[in-house]
Amino acid sequence: MRDGEDVGHYGGSYKVTKGLATKYGDLRVLDTPIAENSFTGMGIGAAMTGLRPIVEGMNMGFLLLAYNQISNNCGMLHYTSGGQFKIPIVIRGPGGVGRQLGAEHSQRLESYFQSIPGLQMRQPVVLFEHVLLYNLKERIPDEEYVLCLEEAEMVRPGEHVTILTYSRMRYHVMQAAKTLVNKGYDPEVIDIRSLKPFDLYTIGNSIKKTHRVLIVEECMRTGGIGASLRAAIIDNFWDYLDAPVMCLSSQDVPTPYAGTLEEWTVVQPAQIVTAVEQICK
Amino acid sequence: MSAFTAVKVLASGPFAGRSSSGDKAAASAWIGSSSCRILRPFHPHQPFSSVSSSSPSILRPIQAVSSSDVLSSKIEPNSPLSNLLITREEALDLYEDMVLGRSFEDMCAQMYYRGKMFGFVHLYNGQEAVSTGFIRLLKKEDSVVSTYRDHVHALSKGVPARAVMAELFGKATGCCRGQGGSMHMFSAEHNLLGGFAFIGEGIPVATGAAFTSRYRREVLKEANCDYVTLAFFGDGTCNNGQFFECLNMAALWKLPIIFVVENNLWAIGMSHLRATSDPEIWKKGPAFGMPGFHVDGMDVLKVREVAKEAIGRARRGEGPTLVECETYRFRGHSLADPDELRNPDEKARYAARDPIVALKKYVIEHNLATESDLKAIEKKIDEVIEEAVEFADASPPPPRSQLLENVFADPRGFGIGPDGKYRCEDPGFTQGTAEV
Repeated sequence: MRDGEDVGHYGGSYKVTKGLATKYGDLRVLDTPIAENSFTGMGIGAAMTGLRPIVEGMNMGFLLLAYNQISNNCGMLHYTSGGQFKIPIVIRGPGGVGRQLGAEHSQRLESYFQSIPGLQMRQPVVLFEHVLLYNLKERIPDEEYVLCLEEAEMVRPGEHVTILTYSRMRYHVMQAAKTLVNKGYDPEVIDIRSLKPFDLYTIGNSIKKTHRVLIVEECMRTGGIGASLRAAIIDNFWDYLDAPVMCLSSQDVPTPYAGTLEEWTVVQPAQIVTAVEQICK
Repeated sequence: MSAFTAVKVLASGPFAGRSSSGDKAAASAWIGSSSCRILRPFHPHQPFSSVSSSSPSILRPIQAVSSSDVLSSKIEPNSPLSNLLITREEALDLYEDMVLGRSFEDMCAQMYYRGKMFGFVHLYNGQEAVSTGFIRLLKKEDSVVSTYRDHVHALSKGVPARAVMAELFGKATGCCRGQGGSMHMFSAEHNLLGGFAFIGEGIPVATGAAFTSRYRREVLKEANCDYVTLAFFGDGTCNNGQFFECLNMAALWKLPIIFVVENNLWAIGMSHLRATSDPEIWKKGPAFGMPGFHVDGMDVLKVREVAKEAIGRARRGEGPTLVECETYRFRGHSLADPDELRNPDEKARYAARDPIVALKKYVIEHNLATESDLKAIEKKIDEVIEEAVEFADASPPPPRSQLLENVFADPRGFGIGPDGKYRCEDPGFTQGTAEV
């Protein structure tokens, strides 16, 4: 069962749920009033009593309004009830910096949710989908396949440096990778996919091979995903590092409207190339 | 056609409403108390048809009178009865439940001051009529959602006193394995969905549980699924956004939920009148398209009558109801509250309306039971409480290995460790930390 604003008849703000309401009916694909905290809580209540809801935030920024329910109930109820109630709920939605959508619609909120105990970012799961990636077409296998939620994805194996990234920054990194290859570098690119927990196995194997790490993320520098990933790497793989762990994050500013300013807020491929050159010196 | 309005009705004649249990409605058998009003809304025709299969009969014959008539009319407490409101069995069940609630809370206070339980403990003394009046009418499959003042809701719903007491002592045998505490009572077996510390937090959860009930009936085609949900919360919560958002959604989708407001006039030290622009909470129901009732929450029989109506409505698929119960807590907000702001006269007035004393008087005057029957119940409850304390005392505290349990429903959520295996598979994991 899915609930959220305009998921039904409208097909979802980015047409993710297009066609589903016609196929499954209004109660299964539920258009809700604009009450994020309450309909997220409703999703939690439904999950506790046997349903498997998917709550869609029209924009992940709106889920800030649901933070009470997500943090207190979603994350904690399984624990405070002593394991009696499971909350099989998925909270998904578009987020990240789009094209000049303004500060409030372009929030990079991954790190806000990272510290909530009991929450998996990616049972209960919060999925952050990037606004600009909805238009990418990729070949998806026809048969059903199940991806392991906790594993990272090896995008491009390499020898010189490990680049850890996620979401839209993966595409910036791959762009930078093309330039780097032309310059003679061989980066290994890993899409960590799961922001909590981190897949330390895949990450560790890579670091043991390359001995150099660059983290490229879209969220803000302070208190960001990169910060906790860096800490985890230093804790676990200190002996394998030949250079300090570098982290490229977006600026600690609300996303500006002007196109030029917006570009400077987020990490761009050119910066990634420079960073790799620096690390590999 | 007028919009949703609420009128005060003089409950002098027999009830016009239907009760699903088909019992006798004798409006004259009120337990002696000065103000007995049940305020019912005029419930207009719904403009759109609901998906519900039952055909609701919308308009009820009610008498509309002005408020001055209500206030000046006298309702005889002991007027001649043709019918009693309850049977002997029901009376004893109600009495036992209320005495259990009261004795349990009194024991909690004792245990707290003896250092057996800690933190925030919010006691329910004085409000027993609301919990008993509503919850004793429910089936096991119906759900209850409460607040931090949840011990008595748990007991009324059937959670054993020993499990609640052990939880309060923080022992592993508590209903939540000691992980929840006073404010987070849960029971999957009894469909008690919590126990929430932040006010208003439970209301959306209750709305979701009611949604599941409707979903199961209509999408999953479980024809017998007519389970209802009760959401309990206080006067302070009625100024919170989640309350209004859920009134809207519940009425919009005609969910089988009853919103029960335990208006005890005080939100810690904030008087309801100082915090609320329109203090009459029952009026807010019709604004969203559901009936709003106001009932004397110190009188268990009145609460029960209104509860029957509301629960019946919900079971028939007619949608939600808002019930405001005027009640009072005899103790402070919590055991840490010095309770200096409330006027002693106010407290004395309500103490005179103690619901347990009132029910006892009713039962004896109407020969439903004798003094010794009631004394036997009190003795039985004393023993139950003693046993609960002994059980809790003797139970072990949770071991270190329990710290990381139940954080994720699937412990693979702790992730993959540096050695390639899931961290939870490491036998030493429970002695370690949860950081990822």
